[in-house]
Amino acid sequence: MKKVIAALACVSGFALTAPMAFADRDNISAVGSSTVYPFAKVVSERFARKGNFKAPKIEPTGTGGGFKEFCKGVGVTFPDIANASRRIKQSETDACRAAGVTEIVEIKIGYDGIVLANSKKTPQLDLSVKDVYLALAKQVPNPKGGDKLVPNTAKTWKDVNAALPATPISVMGPPPTSGTRDAFVELVMESGCSSFAFLKALKDSNPEAYKAACHVLREDGVYIEAGENDNLIVRKLAENPNTFGIFGYSYLEQNADQIQGSKINGKAPTFENIADGSYSVSRPLYIYVKKAHIGVIPGIKEFITEFTSEAAWGDTGYLAEKGLTPMPKKERASVAKSAAELETIAQFRAP
Amino acid sequence: MVQSSLAKRYRSEKGFRAFGILSIAVGLVALSCLFVGIIGSGIGGFTQTKVRLELDLSVELLGITDTHNAEQIKDADYQPVVREALALRFPQVEGRSDKRLLNAIMSVGAGYEVQALMRKHPEWLGTKQTIWLTADDDVDVYYKSRKGKVLGDRLKEQQIGWIEELIAKGDMERKFNVAFFMSGDSAEPELAGILGTLLGSIFTLSITLSLSFPIGVAAAIYLEEYAPRNKFTDFIEVNINNLAAVPSVIFGLLGLAIFINLFHLPRSIPLVGGLVLTLITLPTIIISSRVAIKSVPPSIREAALGIGASKMQTILHHVLPLALPGMLTGAIIGMAHALGETAPLLMIGMVAFVMDIPDSIHSAATVLPVQIFLWSDSPERAFVERTSAAIMVLLMFLICMNTLAVVLRKRLERRW
Repeated sequence: MKKVIAALACVSGFALTAPMAFADRDNISAVGSSTVYPFAKVVSERFARKGNFKAPKIEPTGTGGGFKEFCKGVGVTFPDIANASRRIKQSETDACRAAGVTEIVEIKIGYDGIVLANSKKTPQLDLSVKDVYLALAKQVPNPKGGDKLVPNTAKTWKDVNAALPATPISVMGPPPTSGTRDAFVELVMESGCSSFAFLKALKDSNPEAYKAACHVLREDGVYIEAGENDNLIVRKLAENPNTFGIFGYSYLEQNADQIQGSKINGKAPTFENIADGSYSVSRPLYIYVKKAHIGVIPGIKEFITEFTSEAAWGDTGYLAEKGLTPMPKKERASVAKSAAELETIAQFRAP
Repeated sequence: MVQSSLAKRYRSEKGFRAFGILSIAVGLVALSCLFVGIIGSGIGGFTQTKVRLELDLSVELLGITDTHNAEQIKDADYQPVVREALALRFPQVEGRSDKRLLNAIMSVGAGYEVQALMRKHPEWLGTKQTIWLTADDDVDVYYKSRKGKVLGDRLKEQQIGWIEELIAKGDMERKFNVAFFMSGDSAEPELAGILGTLLGSIFTLSITLSLSFPIGVAAAIYLEEYAPRNKFTDFIEVNINNLAAVPSVIFGLLGLAIFINLFHLPRSIPLVGGLVLTLITLPTIIISSRVAIKSVPPSIREAALGIGASKMQTILHHVLPLALPGMLTGAIIGMAHALGETAPLLMIGMVAFVMDIPDSIHSAATVLPVQIFLWSDSPERAFVERTSAAIMVLLMFLICMNTLAVVLRKRLERRW
């Protein structure tokens, strides 16, 4: 019996003292979007090579998973920074507040374009968002006219738009857990969907039906879910010239010798077009910083300064080299200013 | 009667054997495809393109005011030295954008390389030195592929011109990739290495081994030697066998719930990784240890007990030494299994960018297979061969461990 008590004491002692034994974390911990991951990685590296602080640890958990960890509480065992490929949601700020994370600094770091790309062996397509919607939505408006939805039977791009070639539609893209997929659905599918007046009207009258009509992608093998590995998609595209892939602009940029991005609404996905906003399929990227950790974990303020420096996110900065599309100069200046002042986001100011 | 069926039986015998040979052939072909593919694309990862530059380590360029101040020499910005050396090498390059293109030939790590050298040789200050420095990853991809199908459209025409000029003069060469073995992860393929992740693997596995081996052996001894045969022990046995077949990701979830959420241990540390892998390898070790104990003949136990040894003495002096080779083999195979595990570590945050080399079991770290996974997902082309090179290192470790297991079994095992 004595031994059992001793063993129990050991276990509970370990449970109680373990957190304290590790209370000395001296590196920043960031979690979140795998789209922001490569950018956060470079900043972390440059920041550490300056020699004053340890390299921040960056975990690619996906935006949602990142916020979940981030909002678990205040303390060294919880991450200091959440990387996100979309804005924080109300439900997430609520979760944060419930766990005592009441002050969060939001920093927009730039834009990421989403491309629909194919092999260079086949011609570049000029698509409209409507074409993409008609090609990939599970249910589409009856091609014969009328305000009825019918199952999508389009086999080739020509079926969608007579101006397009008669090659079969085949698109590889990310699964629903991905932020890239969310952004693609919102930016392309929804705007393509809204080009039909009766569907647009549905948005206010019946949001559920609108979502079902606009957000659901085909499941008959035309749209292939390829997992989160964008490199795999790129490799598959090189092998199958008629297949298109959906991924972030940085992958197109790194593999520009093999693949090309389709024009969307007449604009090619180039650095310039994404930067000035004329290429419509792009989304802002953010990092969120837990204010309570500043001063506790060394280097957070300096890390923010590094992230928001011109050498990093400027027009010719090293983040641009990795495929991030910078914000206009004016916006950069204002974001950098509010980041330096550690302005917390509005939902958190009012109780 | 027998004669007539004999031919048929021979035939089916032949077919049966052919089927076996065919199966082995399929396995071997698959294995050699894997090896050829990985070695083919990974061998380049062990070399790195370097550029020879004459550096002017002058006081003015480095902005050093006090030549005796070691701190100043250590913390100076060495990037301008590299840029200046390139500008001297290609004096015809003018204009801001062209100069940017020229500087892009060299890795961002080149400046840090000079810095590291200067820390070692402070006497170089004010002299000129000719040094091989690391080239950018795009240059690396181009240089390695230029004999065949040229990859890397990312280089501009002028850049290719400069590179060809460097090659013609013998100022660009492939050298053994020291950084690959001596540094941690990096966002730049040319600077990325596996030392950090290798140490992470070693820390994690040492925790796993030091916990799972004693626990596994003790459990096996109790179950084999002491435990009564009843429904309860049968139930335990069934469950151990079940646990050995549970997908490892589930152990990761368990680790997340217990070690991180309940005990509040930090994420991404080898301690937690080691604990989770302990849970995964424990059933394997228990099962193989039990088999090893069972194979010790009862006559040895009876003889020991017969001359008056206690049960504990019998086990410690006779059964355990004879069963040890089998137990070690099981442990090594369990460790090899743990070395290749990625999925459970995803849950406890060991899938992360960790640049610093871990120095203890509670500093952030990743393990080798995780590093492979992360690199394979990186957009940079030069990571492809680094991924394969890291796979080769991992395979080498696995082959070593499994060979050790076979050798141990061959040399120490006794047949009865």
